Amino acid sequence: MELLFYLFSAVMILFGLGVVVSRNPVTSALCLVMSFVGLACLFIQLDAFFIGIIQILVYAGAVMVLFLFIIMLLDLKAEEGRQINYLALAGGLILCLVFVVQLGSVLTSFEAGDVGKTPQQPEMTTDKNPEGLSELAMERMAEKKLPDVHLVGWTLFTKYNFPLQVVAVLLLVSTIGVVLLSKRKLT
Amino acid sequence: MNTDYLPILVQFLIAGGFAAVTLLISVVLGKTAQQRSEVKDQAYECGMLPIGETQPRFSVKFYLVAMLFVIFDIEVVFLYPWAVSFQEFVRDGVWVAFYSMLGFVGILFLAYLYALKKGALRWSD
Amino acid sequence: MLEFFSQLTGLIEPTIKIVGLVFLVILPMVAYSVYAERRFSAILQDRVGPNRVGIPFTKVSLAGLGQPMADGLKFILKEDFTPDHVRKVYYWLAPALTMVPALLTCAVLPFGGYLKLPFVDDPFKLVIADLDVGILFVFAIASLGVYGIVLAGWASNSKYPFLGGVRSSSQMISYEISLGLSVIPILMIYGDLNLSNIVQQQHEQGWALLPITLDGFKPVVSMRDLLLLIPLFISFIIFVTSLFAETNRLPFDLPECETELVAGYHTEYSSMKFALFFLGEYAAMIIGSGFAVTLFLGGWSLPFGWGTNGEDSLFWGLVNVGTFFTKVIAFILFFIWVRWSIPRFRYDQLMRLGWVFFFEIALVNILLTAAILMLFRQG
Repeated sequence: MELLFYLFSAVMILFGLGVVVSRNPVTSALCLVMSFVGLACLFIQLDAFFIGIIQILVYAGAVMVLFLFIIMLLDLKAEEGRQINYLALAGGLILCLVFVVQLGSVLTSFEAGDVGKTPQQPEMTTDKNPEGLSELAMERMAEKKLPDVHLVGWTLFTKYNFPLQVVAVLLLVSTIGVVLLSKRKLT
Repeated sequence: MNTDYLPILVQFLIAGGFAAVTLLISVVLGKTAQQRSEVKDQAYECGMLPIGETQPRFSVKFYLVAMLFVIFDIEVVFLYPWAVSFQEFVRDGVWVAFYSMLGFVGILFLAYLYALKKGALRWSD
Repeated sequence: MLEFFSQLTGLIEPTIKIVGLVFLVILPMVAYSVYAERRFSAILQDRVGPNRVGIPFTKVSLAGLGQPMADGLKFILKEDFTPDHVRKVYYWLAPALTMVPALLTCAVLPFGGYLKLPFVDDPFKLVIADLDVGILFVFAIASLGVYGIVLAGWASNSKYPFLGGVRSSSQMISYEISLGLSVIPILMIYGDLNLSNIVQQQHEQGWALLPITLDGFKPVVSMRDLLLLIPLFISFIIFVTSLFAETNRLPFDLPECETELVAGYHTEYSSMKFALFFLGEYAAMIIGSGFAVTLFLGGWSLPFGWGTNGEDSLFWGLVNVGTFFTKVIAFILFFIWVRWSIPRFRYDQLMRLGWVFFFEIALVNILLTAAILMLFRQG
C-alpha cells in the first residue's frame, strides 16, 4: 500500500508542477484538478473518506469549474514570451527554502507516534462511549470500518455549533460580495 | 488504507483504457473519405462562412451561477453529515443540532434571498 | 511484497464484477437503449423505426435488433477527422473525460443483494465497491463530468460548440444543488450513505415509495411511513427532474438543441470520438436510473419484503439481479417516453426551475422530513 502512497504523491507533485509550468491557463486549471484528485486519494488512504470525497466534490467539481469559467469568460490567452521577473523568482525561492527548513525541523523533532493506530483498532471499539457516538457508528466500528461521516456529524453538531454559524455568515458575506461585484460589471 | 476503495482504482484504469482503445481503433480502422481541404477544415456553421471571433464573450451571469453554486454546494455538503446522524440526534434529544442546522440554513437562505432579490438568478432579461 | 501480491489476488473478484457489469451489461444496455429510443419514438410518432438490420448475409431481420451492432461498426469505420482549427490535445481528451466519470459512478451501484454460488462458501456481494460514502462518491464523480463537456466546447474553437458547452456546464452545476438537496430526506430516514445498506433497509421495511410489508396476506403499514411518503415523493420528483437536467436530455436538452445550436458541444466531433460522447451520455442515463431505483424504488428488492437478499440461496440472488435490471429498464423507458412527449424548456425557465422552484421546495422538504421524524421519535 505504500506503493500507492508514492503513486498518488507523485501524481500530486507532477500535476502541481504542471500548474506552475504550463503556459496555457486551461492546462493549469486541469492540472490543479488532477492534483486535487491525487490529494483526495491520499486522504482516503489515511481513512479520511469523507474529507477525501468532499475534496473532489467541492474543490475538483465546484471550485475548479468556477476557475475554468473565469478563464473562459476573460478569454485568457496562453502567455507568450514570458518575462522572468528575477525579483519575484528570488522571493519565491527564499520562501520555498524557509518552508523546507521549517518542514525539516518539524519532521525531525515531531514524535509521529504509532502511525498504524487508527480508530479501527480493537481497543477503540469498546462498549464505553465517551464521545456520545451513535449506535450505527458503534456498529461500524465493530465491523472495523470507520464511520467517519457519522463521526464528523456528531462532532460538528454537538461541539462546533458556533463555528458552523460563523461559516454560514462567511458564506453570506461572500454571496453579497459576488452579487455586488457582478452587478457593477453589468451596468 | 481501506481496501474497499481499490476496485475504484481498477475501474478507473479499465474505463480509461476502454476510452483510449476505442479512440485509437477508429484512428487505425477509419477510412479517409475526402482529402483534407480548406472547406473540410472549416468550423461547422450550417454552411455559413464563419465570421468574427470563435469564442463569443458570454454573459457574466454564467460566472455568477458558478460562484453561487460553490457557495450552496458547501451548504449541501454540511447538510450530509447532519442528515446521516439526524435520527440519533432526535433519539438522544440533541436538539442543539437541529437548531444549529436551522440557523445555518437560515443564514444561507438570507444569502439566497439577497441573490434572488438582486436579480442574480433571473435570466429572462 | 507478499502482502502486495495477496492484495493483488483480492482484486480478481472486483475486476470480474467490473468487466461483467461494464462490458456485458452497461455497454450493451447503452446500445440497446439507443435502439429502444428509436423504436419507441417511432411508435409514439406513428412511424416504423429501424426494423431491418438482423443477422448479416441472411434475410432474418429480428425486428431490427442488429441495428446497434451495425451502428457501432459504422462508428469505428468512419473517418477519424480532427479539424484544423481545434485545440488538438483537449479535443482528444474531452470525449474520454465525459465517458470515464460516467462509467466510474456505477462502481457503488448495488445491482443485486448477494450471489451464493454452489461450492463457494462466502456469498459474493453484488456491488463493485461497497463504500460507506456511496452517495457522496456518486455526486463527487458525477460533478467531474462537467469537464468533458466544457472542454469539448472550448477545444472545438467554434461558436456553436462553445455556446453549447457553456450552457451545459452551467445547467449541470445548477441542478447538482437540487440533486444533492433532494437525497437528504433519504439520508435522514435511513441514516446511512452506504447504498447497499439503504437497499437492505428498503428490502426489510418496504421501498421508500412503497413502505408496505406483508404479514401473511395482511399489509403492514405504519403511520410514520405513510406521512414520510409526502416528502419522499417530492424528493423523488426533484431527483428525477434534476437527473433529466444532469444528463442533458429533453425537456432540458438546451446544450444540444438542434434548432439553435446544431448539435451543441459535440458539433465538431465525428466517428468514435462522437460515439464516446454518446456512450457517456447514455451510460450516465442508465446509471442515473439505477440510482433513482436504488434510492427510491427499493433497488434489487422485490416489493412487500418478498424473497431474501440471496445470502443463502442462488435462486433469490438471481431473482434480485433480475428485479433490479427490470426496474432500471422500466425507468429508461420512462426517460424515453418523457423525451418524446414534453417540449423543450427555455433557458431562463430552466434556470428558474432549478434555482428558485426546486431549491426552495427541497429546503422545505428537508424541514418537513425533520418534523415528521421528530414527531415519531423512537425511544
